[in-house]
Amino acid sequence: MNAIILTAIWGVIMMFCGVFVKSKKAPKFIAITGLLLVFAANAVELATKKSFFNIQVHDMLQMDSFNLAFLAVIFGCTLVFFLLSGADVENVGSHVAEYFALIFFVLCGVSLAATFNTLLILFIGIEIISIPLYILTGSDKRNLKSNEAALKYFLMGAFSTGIMLMGIAFLFGGNPTASFYLQHLQIGVGPMPVLIAFGLVFMLVALSFKVSAAPFHFWTPDVYDGAPTVFTSFMSTIVKAAGFFAFLRLFQNAFGNMHDQWQHLIIFITIATLLIGNVTAVFQQSVKRMLAYSSIAQAGFMLLAVFALNDRAKEGILLYAAAYSLATIGFFAILIKMEDYTIDGFNGLARQQPLLAFTATVFLLSLTGVPLTAGFQSKFFMLMAAVENGNNFWVVIVAVLFAAVSAYYYFRVIQAMYFKEPGNLPLTRETELTGSFKAMLLITAILIIFIGIYPEILVGWMYH
Amino acid sequence: MGNYFSFPDLLIWLPLVAGIICFLCRKEQSAKTISILASLLVLGVSIASLFHTDDKKYLHFNNANYIWLKYIGANYFIGIDGTGRLLTLLTAIGFPLVLMSASRTKYVSAPSFYGLLLLTQAGLMGVFCSLDALSFYFFWELALIPVYFLASRWGGEKRIQATFKFFVYTFTGSLLMLIGIIYVYLQTGSRTFEDGTVVAHSFSLSSFYNAALSSKEQFGLFWLFFIAFAVKMPVFPFHTWQPDAYDQSPTPVTMVLSGIMVKMGLFGAIRWLIPMFPAATLRFNEVVIILCLIGIVYASCLAMVQDNLKKLVAYSSIAHIGLMCAALFTLNPVGIQGTMIQLFHHGINIIGMWVVLNMIERQTGIKQISQLGGLAQKAPKLTILFVIVALANIALPLTNAFTGELLMFTGLFQYNHWYAAIAGIGIILSAVYTLNMIQKVFYGEWKPVSNFFPDLSITEKLVLVIIVALVFVFGVYPQPLIDLTKESVNQLLMRLK
Repeated sequence: MNAIILTAIWGVIMMFCGVFVKSKKAPKFIAITGLLLVFAANAVELATKKSFFNIQVHDMLQMDSFNLAFLAVIFGCTLVFFLLSGADVENVGSHVAEYFALIFFVLCGVSLAATFNTLLILFIGIEIISIPLYILTGSDKRNLKSNEAALKYFLMGAFSTGIMLMGIAFLFGGNPTASFYLQHLQIGVGPMPVLIAFGLVFMLVALSFKVSAAPFHFWTPDVYDGAPTVFTSFMSTIVKAAGFFAFLRLFQNAFGNMHDQWQHLIIFITIATLLIGNVTAVFQQSVKRMLAYSSIAQAGFMLLAVFALNDRAKEGILLYAAAYSLATIGFFAILIKMEDYTIDGFNGLARQQPLLAFTATVFLLSLTGVPLTAGFQSKFFMLMAAVENGNNFWVVIVAVLFAAVSAYYYFRVIQAMYFKEPGNLPLTRETELTGSFKAMLLITAILIIFIGIYPEILVGWMYH
Repeated sequence: MGNYFSFPDLLIWLPLVAGIICFLCRKEQSAKTISILASLLVLGVSIASLFHTDDKKYLHFNNANYIWLKYIGANYFIGIDGTGRLLTLLTAIGFPLVLMSASRTKYVSAPSFYGLLLLTQAGLMGVFCSLDALSFYFFWELALIPVYFLASRWGGEKRIQATFKFFVYTFTGSLLMLIGIIYVYLQTGSRTFEDGTVVAHSFSLSSFYNAALSSKEQFGLFWLFFIAFAVKMPVFPFHTWQPDAYDQSPTPVTMVLSGIMVKMGLFGAIRWLIPMFPAATLRFNEVVIILCLIGIVYASCLAMVQDNLKKLVAYSSIAHIGLMCAALFTLNPVGIQGTMIQLFHHGINIIGMWVVLNMIERQTGIKQISQLGGLAQKAPKLTILFVIVALANIALPLTNAFTGELLMFTGLFQYNHWYAAIAGIGIILSAVYTLNMIQKVFYGEWKPVSNFFPDLSITEKLVLVIIVALVFVFGVYPQPLIDLTKESVNQLLMRLK
């Protein structure tokens, strides 16, 4: 509860800040302060189970350790994002405070989507996430690609929202109590009623759109490529993780009883996502586009949580959100500083900027899932969940083989950085590589390694 | 000491810490000195561990067990037993030799080079000491990453493709093994910690041995693990990464790869694969032996026609490892015992071969046999030492490998006469190509490239003399190694009963 209210309030404060504060640097610091506050308030709620605000919500929101731990991960990752890329937000355009305000509104939506207990709150949460993102995508106003991406994203998003509403309507009508509450949708044993089945498929399609799972992923590469890179970083990590969290919670709490009846749909989507994401990423020359496809591939792995639908899957999604977000945010922060976004643009980076190359390597190894990094632990927990699930063992084998494919495109960047010769021109915008930026990169890398060695620092919160 | 540090702890952490210190060094010379000192220290620890065996009072010296991930029942659990002691000893002896022979070559950004080598050593030690499946997997991969960087950064022209192929093969294999580990883990019994916490499953070796697996499950899991180990060894048909990787890696890395890292695969089979899946092993051992035999003959034939020195040794290594793997899967005491001691001897001999090839390549810049000749005239001492090592590699009596190969052949012969005969072809061919190579490179027609070839320097002389000494000592008196591993052989056979 703390998180929902404070993020909304701080979003409004950031908007006013745009009017009254003239300095361009100030909004970033106000935003970081606000986020620290939100993080602390959420941590207090996680530790004591008591909110600062006592509001009667009629059980429409559910605040348990799992949800709050997930929000803590989200706020932590956003904090890293602000600290690493806050300066780049300032470079996007002149309305700096508004960008931060929009991000806070997104976080408010994330908080709702992570704690919903009725379909209505889910819908409101997803919409509050989406609308600021349409604006952020188009925030580079003079760039045609950014405009195109925003329009495309808006049209696709609106379409999937419509489908989601349709699904909610079916579900509302299909359950005997005519209720929006998740627990009322759990229809015991036996075949699924037709209306519920329709509703489930519509929800599946709509949420697959939002998390860019194949075959509903077509908007993703264009939008991620067109949006200002700093916002791509935010969209493809924190927002996507939140989408998955909502996805998992909806299917676990509303349709968990009927798992075996819809599992084959999820298997199809998972395999298709892994296949399309990984295979297409292999052929990309632009690192930004490669990351867009790799984010689809990683989505395939996160879908294993919905496939498995057990306690391990919850731990897995928590770790995956942290590992994937931290590594991708860190790598995007480096990418923004590059002169050239192609893979050749990274040639010989290790000679010119050893620290950048080293941290980028840690991020990429984490995305590949090499032990000692957070990425390994997240994949490991996800695989454990999927194996524990007990049926369709072959899905796990396929997923693992695609993880090996992913090594190909991540390692191309590592190979460029370490084993190829640099040209004469500087590869990075060196003036922007401040000491604090480098220190923050190093801290992020150490954090990734720390989670890689001791994942229970995150998983333990779930059982608090 | 036992209560604070155990031997396996020291074996893993000493090279790890020294490796990180090397990274921070600015000067090449200091990194070199640190790495050699650290590796000698590790050797000391490893030798000391030989004298603290089998007695209950040394239990703390040989085992360390700390809770790592409580919710899933994974421990940082390391210890050394017979096989582990043998292979840690090989690693401990191998690395000083590798580092000393590397120290004559100039490498760009040498501190990272030596640092990565020491990290590899830490990973290898971890693999040989782990008694917990998750730690095992961690170290298994940790040994791979530094080697990948070493080979791709300092290797030959086609290094990037060759080493990436190597990486992808092993990475895929290990991921399949990870699935296997998870599957077995979910069949293990519950585990209670000292403080009373109970978790549903455990990653420890003993609970993996006792996991409730039906024979049908074992049949599938066997292959998941076997592929990972077979890629590492490598066994036909998973060997295609190996000749290119050996050829393109800088020679010190090739020494580590061929001398020590390939043993990871065999060790994995001895420690994990066979004891975990006895039913599947008894069912599939013939298939494995046949794959190995195909590999032996195929690799030996390819070695005969190689003009590239490094590839020749690479193929000969496939043949030797194939024989070891085949003898292991005969599952009779003689064969297994032979494999155990051969693990050690093959490592020593092949490192000796590479030391000489490294010298030749550094001095002449040539690795084609057809362009070399008459080196013996300029470098008589080198020639003598190399001939001894090469003869040991083809297992002449009185050299170390003879005992191992004799036992392995007896094992194979007991299992099936025809298989032993086919493997025998491999041995004959190995004599053919090795002697042929010696004749052409050292004695053959004198070529101008050998004109400026200096004889051994003091470090290289030291390295080769140590290796030759080991060849003869264990050739005449192989008993200590047999004693060291006898217990492990018995335990392995007990699991198969």
